[in-house]
Amino acid sequence: MTNSQNGWARYDLWDERHLSHDRFAVEDPENGFCASASPYDPKPSLVIEDGCIIEMDGVPASEFDMIDEFIVRHYFDLTIVEAAMAIDSHEFAQMLVDVNVPREKLVKLSAGLTPAKLAEVLGHLSTLELAFANSKLRCRRQPSNQAHVTNAKDDPVQMAADAATAALYGFDEIETTVRVASNGRTNAIACAVGAAVVRDGVLIQCSLEEAEELRIALAGFTSYTETMSVYGTEASFIDGDDTPWSKAFLTAVYAARGLKARCTSGSSAELLMGFHERKSMLYLEARCVCLQRAMGVQGTQNGGIDGAPLTSSVPRGGWELLAENVLAALLDLECASGNDTRHSESEIRVGAKIMPFLMSGTDFICSGFGSIAKYDNSFNASLFNAEEMEDFLALQREFQLEGGLQHVPEDELMTARARAIEAISAVLETLNLGRLTATQKKSVLYAHGSDETSSFMPGEVAGMNAALIERDITFVDVVQALAARGFTIEATRLLSMARQRVTGDYLQTAAIIRDGHVVSAVNDPNRYLGPGTGYVMTEERRLAINRMRREISKRDVLEGEGVTGQQDSRRWRIESKGEAEQGEDPREVVVGISPGFGIRLHKTTGGVPLYKVLAALLEGIREMGGHPRVVRVRHTADTSFLGLTAARLAGSGVGIGIQGKGTTVIHRHDQAPHMNLELFSQAPLIGEADYRAIGGNAARYALGQSATPVTIPYRGQALGARFHVQTALLYAIETSMIESEQNPEVLEVEFYDRRRETR
Amino acid sequence: MTDDEKPDNLDTIYPVGEKQPDRVQTRNGHPLRDLTLDNLLAGHVVASDFGITAAGLRLQATIAERAGRPNLAQNLRRGAELVEIPDKVLLDVYELLRPGRAQSADDLRAAAGQLRDTYGAEETASLLEEAALVYERRGIFQRRF
Repeated sequence: MTNSQNGWARYDLWDERHLSHDRFAVEDPENGFCASASPYDPKPSLVIEDGCIIEMDGVPASEFDMIDEFIVRHYFDLTIVEAAMAIDSHEFAQMLVDVNVPREKLVKLSAGLTPAKLAEVLGHLSTLELAFANSKLRCRRQPSNQAHVTNAKDDPVQMAADAATAALYGFDEIETTVRVASNGRTNAIACAVGAAVVRDGVLIQCSLEEAEELRIALAGFTSYTETMSVYGTEASFIDGDDTPWSKAFLTAVYAARGLKARCTSGSSAELLMGFHERKSMLYLEARCVCLQRAMGVQGTQNGGIDGAPLTSSVPRGGWELLAENVLAALLDLECASGNDTRHSESEIRVGAKIMPFLMSGTDFICSGFGSIAKYDNSFNASLFNAEEMEDFLALQREFQLEGGLQHVPEDELMTARARAIEAISAVLETLNLGRLTATQKKSVLYAHGSDETSSFMPGEVAGMNAALIERDITFVDVVQALAARGFTIEATRLLSMARQRVTGDYLQTAAIIRDGHVVSAVNDPNRYLGPGTGYVMTEERRLAINRMRREISKRDVLEGEGVTGQQDSRRWRIESKGEAEQGEDPREVVVGISPGFGIRLHKTTGGVPLYKVLAALLEGIREMGGHPRVVRVRHTADTSFLGLTAARLAGSGVGIGIQGKGTTVIHRHDQAPHMNLELFSQAPLIGEADYRAIGGNAARYALGQSATPVTIPYRGQALGARFHVQTALLYAIETSMIESEQNPEVLEVEFYDRRRETR
Repeated sequence: MTDDEKPDNLDTIYPVGEKQPDRVQTRNGHPLRDLTLDNLLAGHVVASDFGITAAGLRLQATIAERAGRPNLAQNLRRGAELVEIPDKVLLDVYELLRPGRAQSADDLRAAAGQLRDTYGAEETASLLEEAALVYERRGIFQRRF
């Protein structure tokens, strides 16, 4: 290639691929670009004197920073530290993947391991072993998933419709955030009302500045928080405007108000904030999760989070992100396992990244699956987004993995979206906050994203939020508004969520609410101990996961063929004229059609109607001076045997075999069955003109002339993925019509809009 | 249920809202079963009913402890101490704990004293006193803005 920008032309092609946008960092521990086991990481140590810890991970008590200090004061179970630290790291790693060592024992021992020891232990596991350890260690038996629901206009009406959509697809938590800082209240109300249209129990979060987020929760619009960030170095912590003590206090405040809470941490945060202290990402994260357990928060959102793209850029980055989640699980923390920020432009890397998490299951597979259009995601695009939701469903289905989601039939979806739009509109109208026309509402109903909507704009929404603050509106006003307008079910469900605060059952570790029932690590603990234990899908769930759009069954194929057959019956006619005899004419080419051709099958997988296929073959034969004769083969549907049968009946010794799905062969009477003259196996690519050329070549062979083989252009399509379902179903129909005792029959073929065809 | 009473079998008590709803009261003293839509619309229960009580949190702390989660239990016990403290006071204490807000250990000790003396929040007060010591040693009182 003369125009190549690179030496090798293939680099030009690679430079056009999505992957070419990704950058890869050179491993550089000195500058913090190191996934694990940095030469600057401390060696594990814990020295106790007179019941006091005087050294941890090589640091004497006098030099403890705030993080060391909080861990030392609150993390360790002093009754087991010596025994736990004495276990060889490799041996502990072995225990993590040994199905005979129960989770309970490992969790207990983990309270005796220092951050450096924890990082060292996980360093012994491969990616596969980490995933396996995670399946054993995660807290809740039942995996779940969390959605981002946001939009570029902070439009509450679209948000309610999208929250209902997320609830229908199966998300147990919805996290929203704002484009305009003051719009938190309408976002929270819209998500709560939208989800309530579908079911009782979807937990709602509105991610904002800490104090503002707490105020919205206090008004009763949200049920949980997960953005209490902690960091692995003291300087990062201070720039994050908190300390371990301020965060521990805030955690207690959330509990005091009956709100579920988890912290956030993740590798590369310290690197991005400029204070990595030359430590590896995994070691810093080990400090974060130890700190979180020490604070007494029930769970964490970790695994890179906003730093995931940076972590993914270093060697072993993907391994490290998974290791963070395994650490959280080992420390008995609910784990919302990252998989939110898009770490790559490459769809291959995205699909690959999710697999270990889907395979092991986690408490929340994504700490924010972008359930809305990428451009509507106010957190930035997630690893998976509305655009890729069906890809995720396909992965669940293909490997029978629980990702928390399922297919939703369109009528169900539209009913819920319509009701969510009406419910939130009723609330906004009743509270005198805004009113939409029917046309505006309809624009939301069918919208993929806010580009298509004509409902509320950011300015109007800001006004609503000012009014909500001014009038001190709480969830009670929203419940009353819903009830007043006849949305009794939604009002009751919102009330039920508020009632959960009174009992506080969902403050226990890894709680979700399914149809009003709290499911947590207390009443649904993960006790994986080998095959058949832990989470096993119910039959009902298995069937739900199997549903996809574009599923096709034998019935669908037969119905489709039936319609085509009926339409085409006006175009041609084939009639049997009795058993076919051996031909005498040296110019004769026999076309052997399969048992179902034109009877139950009516078009090729390439979409060409069979009457056109046959007409093209016959015309091609005739054009090149051959004399065609059509027979129906009854005893086989295999292309090679169809072709050989036809060839042996032909006066010239040359025949064409063709199946109803369009696969074609040119054969000669003296060849072995699978040693033909020309074979056309890629039926989806064969067009009418190709069939004409095939007929022509058969005639040439019959007349002893040379022929240039017909070539069907192929551009690398995944033909198997596109066509093999139909192919197998169509072929099954053919084979079911085989009558092995029956001899070939000669056919009279008539095309009504062409001249009459006979033998 | 008293604070000391230990549930022997978690299955019989958790989730409390389903297994033993009569043990739960609202902050205004209503039983859980009174939190219905009709009662809300009629004004028999109000927004302030929809919060957890100190007793409710201590019960959850006991459950967490029994489930093998001492740190979570400790946090829920701290939470129980804070239930009756006004939002404003809590947000002010949180603000004081952030880096550079308190100018000295004394500010934090004073806040700890208020929590202990006014609200009986013993464990939370200890947390603040601990922070005062560590902040002093690590220079966290340095002004940030």
